[in-house]
Amino acid sequence: MNSFRLWVYLQTTPLFWLTATLAAFLIADGLARLARRNPLVNPVLISIALVATLLRLSGTDYQTYFNGAQFVHFLLGPATVALAIPLYRNLALVRRNLAPMAAALTVGAVIAILSSVAVAAALGAPRVVLISLAPKSVTAGVAMAVSEGLGGLPPLTAALVIATGIIGAIVVTPMMNALGIRDYAARGFAAGLASHGIGTARAFMVDPVAGVFAGIAMGLNAVVTPIVVPLILPFLAP
Amino acid sequence: MVRGFFWLLACQLAGEAMARGLGLPAPGPVIGLALMTLGLALWNRLYPISDSELAESEVGRASTGLLGSLSLLFVPAGVGVVQYFGLLREHGVALALALVISTVLTLAATVGVFVGVKRWIGAGEDRGA
Repeated sequence: MNSFRLWVYLQTTPLFWLTATLAAFLIADGLARLARRNPLVNPVLISIALVATLLRLSGTDYQTYFNGAQFVHFLLGPATVALAIPLYRNLALVRRNLAPMAAALTVGAVIAILSSVAVAAALGAPRVVLISLAPKSVTAGVAMAVSEGLGGLPPLTAALVIATGIIGAIVVTPMMNALGIRDYAARGFAAGLASHGIGTARAFMVDPVAGVFAGIAMGLNAVVTPIVVPLILPFLAP
Repeated sequence: MVRGFFWLLACQLAGEAMARGLGLPAPGPVIGLALMTLGLALWNRLYPISDSELAESEVGRASTGLLGSLSLLFVPAGVGVVQYFGLLREHGVALALALVISTVLTLAATVGVFVGVKRWIGAGEDRGA
């Protein structure tokens, strides 16, 4: 078998794309480490760019890629359950923060929806785009279901959710430092509420307590946003 | 290792079953997270384990391993989304501004309310580990 045919064969196998996903992440994570975890050097964003470039150069479709990458994607579910262990280990801290969490959840969830839809509406985005945008702060599966239920475009919602996660992960650390917030429970909670799992991944990189509170906020917002969006959307996008 | 993964998957499975079966508003893995936390609380009542024992247990190590690479797990979905970036282009400026402004406002409002309420009820800061 010549090397071209070998490559043609390999790039259709799940093994190749699974390996490529891990390799892209190792490179991205290495760069983030070199940059001393500077938030601008976001490993998720760099990995996505590397893999997307490789797919384009090799002319591979997403389905072929996902046949391999699904093994990594699948772990998102157990990883969400795994948040229970740091949560349980910090239960005393969580109990002490119940009142601030409830208040921050309510205000944060409403602001996330209101502000995004208001800005996009003011700049002339059509109704279907506004619906797709409204649930952008919650985890992708839930946001797509909300968008679909109200007549939005689920793929657009998925793109907006991932972009929100990356923006939040990049912005949160410098912003909290500039605001002088040293309470890592509060910082983490904001990261998870505004930018779901990608914000939570960033929070775990910064501080274990921040990670725990980010995970809680992500879980709670996944429940609150689907309830709130249909209530306030009629006022914003009639 | 196997035992740790078994409990994570079992809780997720029970969570998915409850989400579908009872029509709960939360996604299956989030219900699994709640079930796992409850399970740990019950277990600890029957067979008290220390914090370090929990961290070193098979479930503890599986959890640490997964959460240590949480960023990696978003890559496949993120790559899928790149296909739809054409959808973003048409309203690119409006959407980019909406996302950045909204994310900054949401972070500020959430952290502001959290810290404000905490001060108001007289609890101290949690500086983390």
